[in-house]
Amino acid sequence: MTLESMIQKYPASPEYLVEALRDYQMAKNDHSVTESEIVKIAKYFNVTESKVCSVVSFYSFLSEKPKGRYVIRICRDVPCFVNKSESILKTLETRLGIKPGETTPDGLFTLEYTGCLGQCDHAPAFRINDMTYVDLTPDKVKAILSEYREEKS
Amino acid sequence: MKSLDDLQKLRDKAKRTMDMTDLVDGVRIQVGMGTCGIAAGARPVLQKFIDEVAAHNLHNIIITQVGCMGECAFEPIVEIVEKDGTKTTYCKVGKRLAEEIVEEHLINGNRLDAYMLSTIKR
Amino acid sequence: MLSRMHILICGGKDCLSSHSKELRDEFHLVLSELNLLDEVRLVMAGCFGLCSQGPIVVMTPGETFYSHVTVADIREICEEHVVKGNIVERLLIKEPIDKAKIKNYSQLKFYDRQRRIALRNCGQINPTDINEYIARDGYLALGKVLSTMSPAEVVAEMKKSGLRGRGGAGFSTGQKWEFAAKSVDDVKYVICNADEGDPGAFMDRSVLEGDPHSVLEAMAICGYGIGSHQGYIYVRAEYPIAVERLNNAIKQARELRLLGKNIFSSGFAFDIELRLGAGAFVCGEETALMASIEGNRGMPRLKPPFPAVKGLWGHPTNVNNVETFANVPAIFLKGADWFKAIGTEKSSGTKVFALGGKIANTGLVEIPMGTTLREVIFDIGGGIPNHRKFKAVQTGGPSGGCITEAALDTPIDFDSLVAMGSMMGSGGMIVMDEDNCMVDVARFYLDFTVDESCGKCTPCREGTRRMLDILNKICAGNGTLEDLDLLESIANMVKDSSLCALGQSAPNPVLSTLTHFRDEYIAHVVDKVCPAGVCSNLTNYTITDKCIGCTKCAKNCPVSAISGTVKQQHVIDLSKCIRCGACKKACPVNAISSKPLPKEENK
Repeated sequence: MTLESMIQKYPASPEYLVEALRDYQMAKNDHSVTESEIVKIAKYFNVTESKVCSVVSFYSFLSEKPKGRYVIRICRDVPCFVNKSESILKTLETRLGIKPGETTPDGLFTLEYTGCLGQCDHAPAFRINDMTYVDLTPDKVKAILSEYREEKS
Repeated sequence: MKSLDDLQKLRDKAKRTMDMTDLVDGVRIQVGMGTCGIAAGARPVLQKFIDEVAAHNLHNIIITQVGCMGECAFEPIVEIVEKDGTKTTYCKVGKRLAEEIVEEHLINGNRLDAYMLSTIKR
Repeated sequence: MLSRMHILICGGKDCLSSHSKELRDEFHLVLSELNLLDEVRLVMAGCFGLCSQGPIVVMTPGETFYSHVTVADIREICEEHVVKGNIVERLLIKEPIDKAKIKNYSQLKFYDRQRRIALRNCGQINPTDINEYIARDGYLALGKVLSTMSPAEVVAEMKKSGLRGRGGAGFSTGQKWEFAAKSVDDVKYVICNADEGDPGAFMDRSVLEGDPHSVLEAMAICGYGIGSHQGYIYVRAEYPIAVERLNNAIKQARELRLLGKNIFSSGFAFDIELRLGAGAFVCGEETALMASIEGNRGMPRLKPPFPAVKGLWGHPTNVNNVETFANVPAIFLKGADWFKAIGTEKSSGTKVFALGGKIANTGLVEIPMGTTLREVIFDIGGGIPNHRKFKAVQTGGPSGGCITEAALDTPIDFDSLVAMGSMMGSGGMIVMDEDNCMVDVARFYLDFTVDESCGKCTPCREGTRRMLDILNKICAGNGTLEDLDLLESIANMVKDSSLCALGQSAPNPVLSTLTHFRDEYIAHVVDKVCPAGVCSNLTNYTITDKCIGCTKCAKNCPVSAISGTVKQQHVIDLSKCIRCGACKKACPVNAISSKPLPKEENK
């Protein structure tokens, strides 16, 4: 879907800026917006480019930096923490060879932290794009990662 | 909807459907489908119930999704509500148990005590 | 379902053969004659394990056990026990009940202690079908309000009910409505704060997913009361299913004209739009939330002016959270007096708690205010798994504090929790056991706030970071006693001088652990020992001879630090080990011990 057709679903009023940005990024494989897109978005919503940038830099779901095709957001909240989310994070880090905030060289995975996913009764949890995974163990994480790898090939 | 009366009428009609007033031996299968239920695998279970009920050619059965029942540790949870209000809660339901519930509980009328929430300890 | 009483009929195989189905039918008949079916819920329970006494009927609340019940006894039970509250002595179990022997005691407690108002429809109706909500008296409260009450009466009823905001601070909802109603403006807004971000809280998600219409109905009632025609629901993007169901609910309500113009031919118009967050915890703060709806960075601003005076786009705005709204239709249907009779004097009604952490039955429970923490954690929650010892419970998320064993018998309400140095927050309850290090927990919360601080005011931005530095130092075994004093003084400073509630409450986990678990801090800084065996610089993991060689630990080690052959004792390479605890959690025979390092081994 082109940028134009995506943002035109929203009225050209600044109040829809956050949502339009989020929607557009979700649809893109690299989950980010480029400088030239920011210029267009700013024009459409009739705001300054700096305003768009300020919004993009504020929200964790928005980014100017290209991300991997699958964004893994690991919950870093307390219920997950007391249920050993640290071991899940370490497993992801060693398996993917990246730290939170980084993307694998093949552009497949980005690792990030997120706030509570509301899955505290099934901690630890993470999300990969729109899918939530719960009751994780390092063993389970390895299996999930290989599933995504296979899907790609 | 124009008035309180309209709402009352719709309410009565909806209640008849929900209470299965017009069904002989009606049974309502409720599958807990909050995020917790779905993450625990409720979607394929719901589909399994649909398939099984169709395969056995059962009538008077309503299969529906409901929200989280709060006992998230036992998801996926399925409740079988019979017309007289009897409610049986099954926990940790997988596809195989779904099959068993349809065959034993719905067709043969035997409740599967071992899988009822009340008798299962985590 | 707002049942005041549950009758549990034993439905185990043995009792089934002793005619429990007929008992149920008879109960149903008599209760319907007495017009009590709405108030009493009949439950076919599993076997209670008291088969020699069967059939058993249990009345809750009160846990009255009747034994050898026959069809002929049922009218008496209904007329005496249900209607008058008199126990039918002759049917009571003759021998004393050993509660440990009752198989379904936990289920009993689960029903007994709960009272579902906000969650009344969750798990009972199909949330994607408006008809099922209507079948359960949905939109009846709105209809009643629009056809029989004036806006002023709506606000007065709300005030009378004593409902307090369920999202955090516990401010009177009726008063909030009154402020917004008194503000003079042609344009006003109603906002539902569904940016549920508190770690450990997921009741709002549950309501939105399981009963979205109750929120829509309540917002319309609020709109009528304060004179607003437009509502917004600000929901987290992290809850895709809630978003989907809300969108669907709004569509259905519009189709039936329960939202839109001229609702119930009353001339009142009200519509609702959904707004999605984009991942920022601070947006749960109401001024930040409004900034986000307007399309800006979600940063809080100073209050006053309060939203009721100057809110969204400068217009008077009333903001309530999901659980608060979920109570509203029930209040208008049953009356403020009914609601006020539940709970404690200053905190009426119920509260939903999300049980998480080291607790057997994780999940949602709704209990009347005034229930004790002990009842919630041990009776309903089933206590701590694996026979571990209870250490503390954290309420109120990163803004709350830790409560210790000593305070477990205090009845819970808004004020008692504050008195204990914590707060209600949105109702997350995270239970910690002896394996949790409280210094580490405090460090963890700080890490969270540092990350979520929006950066607008200095005390929160810099102060929390300094506190985190000190806690990191302590956890690494490099802390001193002076650090504890410094930590405490910075904490108090941040608390007093931050701009919004996020910063004002961020030091609470530190202050409450410093108060209640000072000995653990001292162990870290003086003895250089982490008593719980968590802090990695102060702890060693070893595999004892209990090991059965199942290889689960090795499979679950994220850094491949464990080696060994099948069916033989495994070994941990301490130079690789990161002390994450995954092996300990995976071990089926509890063969992995995490022991504090002896003093001399620390640098």
